[in-house]
Formats: sequence, C-alpha cells, structure tokens
Amino acid sequence: MALAKPGGLKRYYDVNGWLFIAPALALIGIFLIYPIFRSLFLSFYSGKGMMLKFAGFGNITRLSNDPVFLKALINTTTFFVIQVPIMIVLALMLASLLNTDKLKFAGFFRTAIFLPCVASLVAYSVLFKSMFSVDGVINQALMAVGLIGTPIGWLTEPFWAKVLVILAITWRWTGYNMIFYLAALQNIDKSIYEAARIDGVPAWARFVHLTIPMLKPVILFTTIISTIGTIQLFDEVYNLTEGKGGPADATITLSLYIYNLTFRFMPSFGYAATISYVIVLMVAVLSFLQFYAARDRS
Amino acid sequence: MRPTPAPSARAWRILPGAATYIALSIAAFVSVFPFIWMLISSTNTSIDIIKGKTSFGDAFSTNVANFFTLVDVPLVFWNSAKVAILTTLLTIAVSSLAGYGFEMFRSKMRDRIYSLVLLTLMVPFAALMIPLFMMMGKAGLINTHIAILLPTIASAFIIFYFRQSTKAFPTELRDAAKVDGLKEWQIFLYIYVPVMRSTFAAAFVIVFMTSWNNYLWPLIVLQSNETKTITLVVSSLASAYYPDFGVVMIGTILATLPTLLVFFIMQRQFVQGMLGSVK
Repeated sequence: MALAKPGGLKRYYDVNGWLFIAPALALIGIFLIYPIFRSLFLSFYSGKGMMLKFAGFGNITRLSNDPVFLKALINTTTFFVIQVPIMIVLALMLASLLNTDKLKFAGFFRTAIFLPCVASLVAYSVLFKSMFSVDGVINQALMAVGLIGTPIGWLTEPFWAKVLVILAITWRWTGYNMIFYLAALQNIDKSIYEAARIDGVPAWARFVHLTIPMLKPVILFTTIISTIGTIQLFDEVYNLTEGKGGPADATITLSLYIYNLTFRFMPSFGYAATISYVIVLMVAVLSFLQFYAARDRS
Repeated sequence: MRPTPAPSARAWRILPGAATYIALSIAAFVSVFPFIWMLISSTNTSIDIIKGKTSFGDAFSTNVANFFTLVDVPLVFWNSAKVAILTTLLTIAVSSLAGYGFEMFRSKMRDRIYSLVLLTLMVPFAALMIPLFMMMGKAGLINTHIAILLPTIASAFIIFYFRQSTKAFPTELRDAAKVDGLKEWQIFLYIYVPVMRSTFAAAFVIVFMTSWNNYLWPLIVLQSNETKTITLVVSSLASAYYPDFGVVMIGTILATLPTLLVFFIMQRQFVQGMLGSVK
C-alpha cells in the first residue's frame, strides 16, 4: 500500500488538502485579497474616471475638509452606537421571554418575530417608506393613541429620518439576533434557573446575573456582526431616500457616499477608495475593542 | 405527584406570565404588520396607501396590470432565479469542498490560511466594490450575470459553516471507505454529501436567500433593463419621483414570495444554517 511508504501519509494529506481547498482559495485570492490591496493602492491616487495620478496623502487632506464625508462618518457612527445596543437588549429580552417554561404558542411567537429576516432589504425599506409617509398609517396610529399631536415628517425632517432608519434596521434584525440567543439559552441547564428562583432571585436579577454572563460569547459574536453590518449600511438608506441619503444628507452613510462618488457622479475612484479604508479601519478597531472588552478577566 | 405551590408563589408565577404574553404579542404584531400592510396595500391605489388606508380596496387587478405593463415580469424573474440558483450551487460546491479539505487534512500551513480566510469576514464590501467594478469593466463583464456570480461564490462564512459541521462527520465511515479503496473525491461525493445532507440543505437556504436579496453589487454591475433582477426593479419603481405605491407593492410581494416560501418549507434548515456559526 502506497500509504505505508515513509512520508506517504504526509504526501497524501498535502495533495488532497490543497486540492480540496484550491477552488475556494483561488476565488478568494482574485475577488477578495487582490481587490482589498488594490483599494489601498488606489487610495493614494486622485483624478476623475480612469485618469488617475499619484496624490500621496492628498486624499486624506481632502477627507478632513469634506463636509459630506464628515456628515457620513457621524451618521454611520450614530447609527451603530444607538441602534446596535437597543437591538441586542431587545433581542435578549425577547429570547428570555420565549425561553419561558411551558410557554404556549412559543412556535408561533418565534416564527412571527423571526419573519422580518425573510424580507429583502430593498422590499422592507420600500414598505417602511410607504408606512411612514406624512399622512401614512404610522402617523395616523400615533395620533389616534394620542402620542403625537401633529404628523411627524419621517422622511423630511433630518432628526426623524435618522430615527426612521434606526427603527427600520431594528425591525429587520432583532429577530435574527434573537434566534442566536434562543439557541444558546436552550443549551443552558434549566436547573440553574430553578435553583435561583427557589432562592428568591427576582426575574430581572436572573436576567442580569445569569442569562447575560452565560450568553457572553454569543452576545459578543452578534454585537460584532451587527456592528460590522451597520457600519456598511447602504440598502436601507438608499431605498428610503431615493439614493440621496437625505433630507440634507441627514441619513447619508459612508457606503452610500462611496457609491455616490463612484457611480452617481463622474467617478473619483481614488478618493472613494480612501473612504472605503475608513470603513476598513472602523471595522478593525471596533472588532478589536469588542473582543478586548469581552475578554475573560479571570 | 407535584406539590401544589403556596398561593403567593402561584400568583407570582401567573403575573409575569400575563406580561410575557402581552410583550410577545406586541413584538409579534410589530414584526408581522409590514407584511400585512404589503398585502392590504396591494389592493389599494397609491393615494390611499400614502394616506394610510388599512382596509382592502379594489385596485388589486389594476395594480397587477400596471406592474405587468411596466415590467417584463418573466424576464426579471428568470434573471433573479438564474443568478440565485447558480450562485447557490457554485457557492455550496466550492465551500463544502473547502470545509471538508480544511477539516480532514489539517496542517499548520492550512490552518494558518484558514484563519486568514476567516479574517476576510471582516472586510467590508465597500472596500472591494471599486476594484471589482474596474476588474469587471476590463474583462468586459459589466451588465452580465457572470459578474454578479464570480465575487460571491467564495464565501468565508459558508466555508466556516461547512468546516464546523464536518467536525460531526463520523470518521469511522471515512476509514471504512478508505479500506474499501475509495479515493478521497469518491468519499466526498458518495459518502460525505449524502450523510451531511441536512448541512447542505441549510447552506442552500442561507445562500439562496442572500443571493436572491442581494442588492448593492447588482445595482453597480447590472445597468440595462434586460439583465436587472427583481430587487433592482422594485427599488427603481419605488425611487421614481412620484412612485405608484400600488404597483410597488405588487413588486415587493413578488420579490418576497420566493424567500417566504423557502423559509416556510425549510424553516428548520434555515435556523440551523444561521446557528451553524456559533456551534
């Protein structure tokens, strides 16, 4: 048998190992590794269209003097700083409620709350746009219950447009995060909760002192993917605001600004690439910080 | 026999119970409402929709007729289906091979490469789209579906999912097959694939949904009406200066229907696929 030869096993491993992963590696190399370095390279060039010339750090100087970029940076930051924590807490609470012992209609509730994940980002943005029009169903409902006196301009007032974007993302992704927590909760031994309950620990304290610490790895994982997702926010703002990120750039995000710089006007590939590296940096720094904050202190 | 709890303890248990049902009902209603809104609005005129009409109207057939005049529905559906199905099959083929390879033939070098592959999960698409667009332009692939496919096939997430799932593949099966003289590709094709079919089903659901709903990259690459997918059509109808929301609703229903069907038929695989990443 060939495998009995000295080194034959290693050879067998290597040949098969490389063959099985080769197609994936080739594709990742061409369509991921190469473009990410190409972007870095481009970020040192400026000019319109294909007429690129070396600009050194010129794009970075341009960044600091670009009010739209600053707005996009602030908006993107606002979105994830406010939206991600709200969503994570909401998802955790819903998951603990769904994990209640002998809950009736658990399957119905779970499916219903998860359903938004099935909607495409474009479809739900368009639905929200129609629901949140000035005379629309949401304003009418809010006025009927007396929460507001006059209609809110969800799509025309800068502040409310931001609120709308946050509401929309929260609607779409809370159920998604909840499913992760629910799965993790179901792996936790119920007797721990039983013991705490017998000892008279109230529900909120069980949530804070038992549920959250035990779910820490999953919370970390979902926080990171949600943050990365929100930093890249594009589909929602594009479709809620006809691609403009309005009103008055109130909802423009970094991704939308890159798109506009590249594909809406005369393309500035170099400058857009520089902004894309701002996103790369943000993702890297935030992922690192979140890992660092959640590391085991013991 | 279970001891009857003391009255106070029982009351304590019933009270949070009611709050639980109320909170969950509100969450369920909020989650489902936009879908109900979509169905109701598809029967109303655009003016009624922006005025918030919450009852069924009689404009459904007009909306459908208008949608079919504005949009070449069979072509758009065919474009979406073609892209989604091809992407799904290719992604699963490439990623399952890689997941199997990384897990079954471990070496220091390949483990290091694997960590690098995982790191690419953090690369934002915005940092790729400009070079990818330039590449596709040079290759003359703008406005083709191949341009949509190529960059999406190698998915670090699906490779990760297959590798994690492969850890549960019984090694005795593989050893037995080797003794019988099967080659590694035969083991993969005739033993691994059938044994791991639930993993494949879950991956299918996830990739299909992602691909069907994909927006930004097709928006960049597909510029002619002949190649556009359903998400692009819905988006452009809705961003008109005065969008006809009745027509838009027909579009959102058609765009959502396939993923809704896949979800309800394969709900278990869907959830399993999503969770695959935290096992």
